[in-house]
Amino acid sequence: MYPEYMHESLKKVEQSRNKRLELEKSGEPVFPPMTAEEREDVLTKFHPDYKPDARRKIKVGPNKGEELTTEVADMLEAYSRVMPGLFDLDDPDYETDVLIIGGGGAGCAAAIIAAEHGAKSIISTKLRLGDANSMMSQGGMQAAGKQHDPPTRHYLDAIGGGHFDNVPKLVRAMTEDGPDVVKWLEDLGVIWDKNEDGSVHVLHGGGTSRKRMLSCRDYTGAIIMRTLMDEVRNHPEKIEVIEFMPTVELILDGKGKCAGCILYDLETEEYYVAKAKATIIATGGYGRLHIRGFDTTNHYGATGDGLIMAYRAGAKLMYMDSVQYHPTGSAFPEQIAGFLITEKIRGAGGQPLNKHGELFVFPREPRDVESAAFIRECVEKHNGIETPSGRTGVWLDSPLIEKLRGDGYLNKNFPAMHRQFIKYGIDITVEPMLVYPSLHYQNGGIAINEKCETNIKGLYVAGEASGGVHGRNRLMGNSVLDYNVFGRRAGEYAAEYAKSAKLGTLTLSHVDDYDKELKQAKIKADKVAPVLLPLYTPEAVRERQLTARYEGTLR
Amino acid sequence: MATKAEAKKKPAKTKAKTEKPEEKLVTVYIMGKAHQVPADATIMGAIEYAGYQIKRGAGCREGFCGACGTVYRVPGDYKIYAGLACTTLVEDEMYLTQLPSFPAEKPVYNIKKLAPTVSTFQKLYPEVFRCVACNTCSKACPQDLEVMDYIQAAMRGDIEQVMDLSFDCLCCGLCAARCPAEIVQYNVGLLAKRLYGKYLSPESKEVNKRIKEVDKNAFDKEYKELMRMAEDKLKKKYYDRDME
Ligand SMILES: Cc1cc2nc3c(=O)[nH]c(=O)nc-3n(C[C@H](O)[C@H](O)[C@H](O)COP(=O)(O)OP(=O)(O)OC[C@H]3O[C@@H](n4cnc5c(N)ncnc54)[C@H](O)[C@@H]3O)c2cc1C
Ligand code: FES
Repeated sequence: MYPEYMHESLKKVEQSRNKRLELEKSGEPVFPPMTAEEREDVLTKFHPDYKPDARRKIKVGPNKGEELTTEVADMLEAYSRVMPGLFDLDDPDYETDVLIIGGGGAGCAAAIIAAEHGAKSIISTKLRLGDANSMMSQGGMQAAGKQHDPPTRHYLDAIGGGHFDNVPKLVRAMTEDGPDVVKWLEDLGVIWDKNEDGSVHVLHGGGTSRKRMLSCRDYTGAIIMRTLMDEVRNHPEKIEVIEFMPTVELILDGKGKCAGCILYDLETEEYYVAKAKATIIATGGYGRLHIRGFDTTNHYGATGDGLIMAYRAGAKLMYMDSVQYHPTGSAFPEQIAGFLITEKIRGAGGQPLNKHGELFVFPREPRDVESAAFIRECVEKHNGIETPSGRTGVWLDSPLIEKLRGDGYLNKNFPAMHRQFIKYGIDITVEPMLVYPSLHYQNGGIAINEKCETNIKGLYVAGEASGGVHGRNRLMGNSVLDYNVFGRRAGEYAAEYAKSAKLGTLTLSHVDDYDKELKQAKIKADKVAPVLLPLYTPEAVRERQLTARYEGTLR
Repeated sequence: MATKAEAKKKPAKTKAKTEKPEEKLVTVYIMGKAHQVPADATIMGAIEYAGYQIKRGAGCREGFCGACGTVYRVPGDYKIYAGLACTTLVEDEMYLTQLPSFPAEKPVYNIKKLAPTVSTFQKLYPEVFRCVACNTCSKACPQDLEVMDYIQAAMRGDIEQVMDLSFDCLCCGLCAARCPAEIVQYNVGLLAKRLYGKYLSPESKEVNKRIKEVDKNAFDKEYKELMRMAEDKLKKKYYDRDME
């Protein structure tokens, strides 16, 4: 239920609705899309990445001297959780062909394909299998399957959306594999939304010039992720899943090849050695680092662990200066602050409005531009709506969609959204939602080529943990595609590589070396990484927890 | 069980944004132990406010993964309630426990070798036919799904209906925990969905055609051109492109 004082503004939204509906129906853009210059202007003035302290120089490691997102630099300059000398690396607890770190979409896709290529694999995952950002995507997946939409058009949209920083070969791989991913997933049992004639039902997303967003109602991620998980579990002879057992360090061999990892049992607090011919990092993103204090849409385990493990082992990172804020995080009620409101709402015709019920931006600008425009509307123009807890937001007019597409459309196509709000007495078929940007996606990551190889032999990366595919701004629907395309590729290339890979003596000396480098750079030993879990224990409780010295989040 | 008076009051988390007026607190019993927590907290927020670092029992934190299934009662009411900790609000005096894991049968199968008919359920989940239609599963469902109806549909081999009714299932396991016939409803739903997607959903001819074109390398030339293009030309092409 919206508080009394918001009613006046809500009334204005209602009053302008019919006119905006006509505008929407006219087929013309409902608000003029920004030019290149206008985009640049709003980004530099209002996007959180451009705040003076948003970035700083990293003092150590392969990207030394580069400007990175401050919180990322802080994490990369943390000490290891382990004392390398305590491990007997000659007597591993686990041995396998391919070790997959992270049981989200990329990890599961990799395991399924690696098994097809004859490899045995182990998935080490932090929480349960599928407790991952992949489970949460609502809006959909881009893939160029329509006649008037060649994959090269998808390429152009992705490159432009990424501000032309994307690695061309990776974008080609992603867009060209897209149609096959649609079929592969359907053959595994994913239920795409279809039109009567069997063609896939598609919508626009931010930055798309063709409708190519496929979906499974608004449980796209849940349907795909559960299908992949179920398939993983149908191959127990090939794939071993170890839950609540995150990886905390990579192991190399004497020649610098990746040779496995150190696992940590979250519950018993034991460490284990896993030896593997090839290793795939599929640990996803970092929303739970709460960059610049933002709320996040991400799952509980999204703490950027893959970045630090790979970085310590010498892998290069790319575009770790750019953070994606999703324009439409929920701003009210407080209990769901930061939760994602899918971009599909705007794809279906939902319009962002200020407190006067007016349009102020084209609804489908690329995400960074759209977010910056929302922030400008609230911060500079003071046209936002304040919440009782001191947040601000703009309206996202969902009832317009019902008018545009007919009664019942929201309930049928956005059951998750409807459910989320009705619990708090807000019926999104008759009232708009209040939204503000929320920390959503790690644009950059570990640098890879189109075979998912890194600069470390035997180390592969797929999904949100990788960098380069999306340049400095990912478009909606391209990361579900990304984790499928590159998850499959990583599975294939890692399995093939494992067939002939020979490992030397296992070592953790890179961990010692990195700690030394930190000391030389005079970096205080007050933080450890990977972070593993965010800390939500109240300060007062922390003060009473006297039995152990907590450094990171877990002992 | 601890009494309300023993419950420790925890100061509110320091929120940078604004000075909040004194928070209203209620008492909840977490696995039998009393804690004072903010009245408007979710169950998950309350557990963390009380000082627990959650390891099991939290995944997506937004109502998609089903990691946080919780059962609770309120005084003076015989009913067992079920909800997701991440999206259910606390109530004064509620006593709750999380059920992050519940043993469940999941047979291994080869999806390529199954038939989209009732025989598949007979083979893989014969216990489905023990359903006594008590509807306890539906009452336990935090998504308010008609769980019993989809189990009945499975008995009839109506895969499309099982798919439709179980589409929004989060596999939290609360139905299976409550079922007197020992059915694992959510796995039955998942199987039906995979069968529907693979065998019953109409095929998209356009997509198949496109895959063939890609296989023949039909876009190679155009890709190479784009990949070689000078940035200013590429930019112009991008900003000039037509919109559907
Ligand atoms: C709410 C939400 C909605 C979204 N909607 C869309 C959408 O509509 N369309 C779209 O294209 N994209 C969307 N995205 C983005 C997309 O879902 C993700 O980018 C993508 O799923 C990432 O897949 P992944 O496999 O790389 O990572 P994840 O799916 O996050 O999987 C990573 C896994 O690794 C585990 N892990 C982390 N650290 C460790 C460790 N140290 N050891 C072992 N395991 C570890 C994690 O727990 C997790 O299980 C959305 C994201 C969110 C959060
Ligand atoms: S934590 Fe995922 S549903 Fe509650």
